[in-house]
Amino acid sequence: MATKKFMYLNRKAPYGTVYALESLEVVLIAAAFEQDVSLAFIDDGVYQIIAGQNTDGIGMKNFSKTYNALGDYDINKLYVSEQSLSERGLSEADIMPIVYEDEDDDWAEKSSIKIVSNAELTKIMAEQDVCLSF
Amino acid sequence: MKIAIQINEGPYQHQASDSAYQFAKAAIAKGHEIFRVFFYHDGVNNASAFTVPPQDDRNVINQWAELGIKNADGEPELVICIAAALRRGMLDESEAGKNGITGNNINPAFRISGLGQLIEAGIQAERLVVFGD
Repeated sequence: MATKKFMYLNRKAPYGTVYALESLEVVLIAAAFEQDVSLAFIDDGVYQIIAGQNTDGIGMKNFSKTYNALGDYDINKLYVSEQSLSERGLSEADIMPIVYEDEDDDWAEKSSIKIVSNAELTKIMAEQDVCLSF
Repeated sequence: MKIAIQINEGPYQHQASDSAYQFAKAAIAKGHEIFRVFFYHDGVNNASAFTVPPQDDRNVINQWAELGIKNADGEPELVICIAAALRRGMLDESEAGKNGITGNNINPAFRISGLGQLIEAGIQAERLVVFGD
């Protein structure tokens, strides 16, 4: 099967609507298809990967730990919009650590998070074959 | 051109399904192939056989059914996501049986399948067009 570049565009807060959770379900299934997968977090989507999420008070499942498993599925390109972070008073320090082991570098643990400007993200999106927007 | 469509919103609440239908109809009229329509999130509600709109309104479900999007084996290529469908009470006969529930509500022009069908559509089609918020 041909390999294509798939990007999953996460635009919504993790709770409040089901888009973020069901987007993550697609990403995990997609990993089995051995495509070139990347994720982008823009607008309120940046809240999906903020550290220290606690859903005890709202009766929802806290699925934020799942993002940490993405490295095990060879998904290690998580682009985060710098502008979306700063618009919300957030910075890279507020994002939870999401890492992968680099097989080309003696399995060194590296961050999957890449903070990018909207101009850079636009360029990366233009390089994709398929953009799925959630 | 070989085109796949993803619909993320339910009927009537949102225009996504209507817009996708108009797009699909226009694309087919221009000689393009609609390889598959994949219904996700609340989009799975577009397959409900129990939908009864007022008589002076369009029937979103029947519109899709009448478009008759099928593969070479004659199976429907209007596909609703199984995980999204089950948690929203959309069940075909088989899934109802497995879950001990009486009754089923999937219009026969649609079929239930897994998320892999969405990824496969992205791989096989030349364009994947997403409709939703």
